[in-house]
Amino acid sequence: MTEPEPVVELTGITKRFPGVVANSDVHLTVRAGEVHAVCGENGAGKSTLMKILYGMQQPDEGTISVGGEVVELRNPQDAIKAGIGMVHQHFMLADNLTVRENVLLGAEGLYGMGRKARATLAELAERTGLRVDPDTLVENLGVADRQRVEIVKVLYRGARIVILDEPTAVLVPQEVDALFETVRSMQADGYTFLFISHKLDEVRAIADEVTVIRRGTTVGTVDPKEVTSRELAEMMVGSELPSPETRESTVTDRPVLRVSDLRLDAEDSERAVLDDVSLTVRAGEIVGIAGVEGNGQTELVETIMGMRKASAGTVELASAGGDLRDITRLGTLARREAGIGYIAEDRHRHGLLLRQPLWSNRILGYQTRPPVSNGRLIDPAAARRDTERVVEEYDVRTPGVEVLAGALSGGNQQKLIVGRELSGEPVLLIAAHPTRGVDVGAQALIWEQMRAARHDGLAVLLVSADLDELIGLSDTIRVMLRGRLVSEADPATVTPTELGSAMTGAGEEAA
Amino acid sequence: MINWRTALLPPALAIVFAMLLSSVALLISGANPLDAFATMGAQLFHGNTAVSTVNLAIVYYLAGLAAAIGFQMNVFNIGVEGQYRFAAVVAAIVGGWMQLPPVLHVVAILVVAVASGALYALLPALLKVYRGVSEVITTIMLNSIVFGIVAFLINPEQFGVLHGNNLSTEEIAPSGRIPGIPLGEAGTLFGFVVIAAALGYGYWFMLNRTRFGFELKASGESKTAAAAGGVSARKMTLAAMLISGGVAGLVAMPELLGRDYVYAMTATQGYGFTGLAVALLGRNHPAGIAFGALLWAFLDRSAVSLESIGIPSEIATIMQGTIVLSVVVAYEIVRRADLAAEQRRVGRAGNGRPASVAEGGAV
Repeated sequence: MTEPEPVVELTGITKRFPGVVANSDVHLTVRAGEVHAVCGENGAGKSTLMKILYGMQQPDEGTISVGGEVVELRNPQDAIKAGIGMVHQHFMLADNLTVRENVLLGAEGLYGMGRKARATLAELAERTGLRVDPDTLVENLGVADRQRVEIVKVLYRGARIVILDEPTAVLVPQEVDALFETVRSMQADGYTFLFISHKLDEVRAIADEVTVIRRGTTVGTVDPKEVTSRELAEMMVGSELPSPETRESTVTDRPVLRVSDLRLDAEDSERAVLDDVSLTVRAGEIVGIAGVEGNGQTELVETIMGMRKASAGTVELASAGGDLRDITRLGTLARREAGIGYIAEDRHRHGLLLRQPLWSNRILGYQTRPPVSNGRLIDPAAARRDTERVVEEYDVRTPGVEVLAGALSGGNQQKLIVGRELSGEPVLLIAAHPTRGVDVGAQALIWEQMRAARHDGLAVLLVSADLDELIGLSDTIRVMLRGRLVSEADPATVTPTELGSAMTGAGEEAA
Repeated sequence: MINWRTALLPPALAIVFAMLLSSVALLISGANPLDAFATMGAQLFHGNTAVSTVNLAIVYYLAGLAAAIGFQMNVFNIGVEGQYRFAAVVAAIVGGWMQLPPVLHVVAILVVAVASGALYALLPALLKVYRGVSEVITTIMLNSIVFGIVAFLINPEQFGVLHGNNLSTEEIAPSGRIPGIPLGEAGTLFGFVVIAAALGYGYWFMLNRTRFGFELKASGESKTAAAAGGVSARKMTLAAMLISGGVAGLVAMPELLGRDYVYAMTATQGYGFTGLAVALLGRNHPAGIAFGALLWAFLDRSAVSLESIGIPSEIATIMQGTIVLSVVVAYEIVRRADLAAEQRRVGRAGNGRPASVAEGGAV
């Protein structure tokens, strides 16, 4: 095979951007038919670069050439015309439309709405391994299939170069393998892929070339077969890599949270979203909940937090004296006051007031407790001071505490939340995806803080989709499937693949 | 921290833009814009216009506060109109009937007014919280209904009295009146200005210093985040609506207790709607609302002086409309520019320090 032509060439891209990190002098060459991975910490400038390539933003300097010609991509339509398509991390599908409607929506002009469109769709579905009836509603599809629908969508619009933005973040290992098979077979058909990822093992498994971006600029392009994941990671962060492993066990025999026979019915039916869930978290223990998203983890967390009302069962929390106290009937605020810290899975929806300054966010959830409040009155000066402490201790990168929370990058927002939730002297921390979408540096800090708190006797209920994180941090792992805790795993011995099987129910018979 | 640029630039831009636009309207209608603006400005120094402008502004201020409390919680209380009229007629009837010593009488009337305003807001609040019915729809309907209620209550067969050709409530005894502040030639300022100012301060204090105010703002910005922080959106919606209604109940009080002493069929209407515009203009800030109320009252009053030099008074209305529209747009533009500037600032702070992992906590 001769050296293929570069299909996409970014030269000297610089973007002075009112954001966290700009791109400066980025070079990226993607050859036809290859899978080219772009790696970097969150906030390193990957997304900006991809937005530039997809026409969502214009570079201040530098040129983009596609197929040897310099092009100007003013908007995604231009990019699509140039044959570039993007599959976003958060799917952009209309749940209440069918697969076919989703694909055709906005592209009716290409093949019409009739037989020709149907045939094209069928052909693309075949090619991408989408084995569902095109008339199924998208809301009935699983995550992996939705992702394929997204890929079909961009191919339908004529893309030959597909940008996959963190495509594996939402998949279990088996689904990742299936996706990679699809990518390889499409590669053989001549498609080119730009693969954005944090997960270095996956990058090494799928990519032909890897370009690493750090602090807005390209560090280098390497052949993944010649470097280890560790070396790659060190290129990304510029220094040694943290690992989530907890050291010696600090588990005590003092239960802090006991959930018994918890049941939650779906809002509009008799179906149980949580079914007979029982678990205990002891002081100094991290209990991890593994599961494919949508199997009840969110509901479990929100029921324990009192944001949803349990249909049956009890939740008990250790009080100051150490005895368990029934908190099933308490509201969210009372539960927080009883000593639960809460890192919500969606920090924008549940964790922060984006249009309020940082110090105001420090008060949220703690509006009744010192130092920020005396129960009735808020003390803004104390809140500012304590926020400054959090900013300092948790390394939140911000020019000050008056900055609006929405102006911080994801990792810094998350550090602020972790700092806040550990500041209220909690006895129990509920952490849902605590390091999702944050960069490696913030991840390390959050892990370290959780470990330190565990060492001091904090009980932690950890929900995560990152299996390495679960295995690395947890003392016990429970697997959740369709609203039930189906099995238990020992983090000392379990592998991500085994956990993945258990999560999809494949291990159910074995257990 | 008050960012003066964010706070003052938009309204200034909006006023300039509104003046430009109304100049165009004036030119088209064949009048000299400079003459018109000069007349509008000069009227303030004639007779009692300045004081009557402030008096009107007091009323608008109360209506603006009422609307702003709702806005804080994302509740669009269009019903300020209905609530204040309902409260006015009830307070006037009760006040006319009561016989109490001076200060007590006033306090009793105000309590009745607040309670009736809140009562009239209760139905839409309950419907919104428990049934998800939009408060916009229900309050508009209640605004219509209030016409009937007022007409019914002021009927001589119920509580009304016929004065010449005009139906009104019984007159409130002097003990139930709030004395004005005489300013000689310039007129008499409503004594209610003190209460309005106190209310403005109370509103500021509630929002910025109390837990309740924090929860209200938090819930108004993000119901989900507030819920995770232990704030019940239902409770906040209910509270915001009732407080908004309660303050709305006071809207007619400056005139009732300071000038008219009766509530008549012919009493001015529309203060509630003006309040919405004023709250928008003042961006829900107590000082901003005061400014908006003054501006609005000034424009209302200048309509009269414009007619005296043969310029259609609708010019004032055009200005009011353009000011509201452009101030909303201007705030949004400045807000975005500020956010971008802040992100740049954050970006610089982030880059100033090395983003090493070791620093991030790898031991």
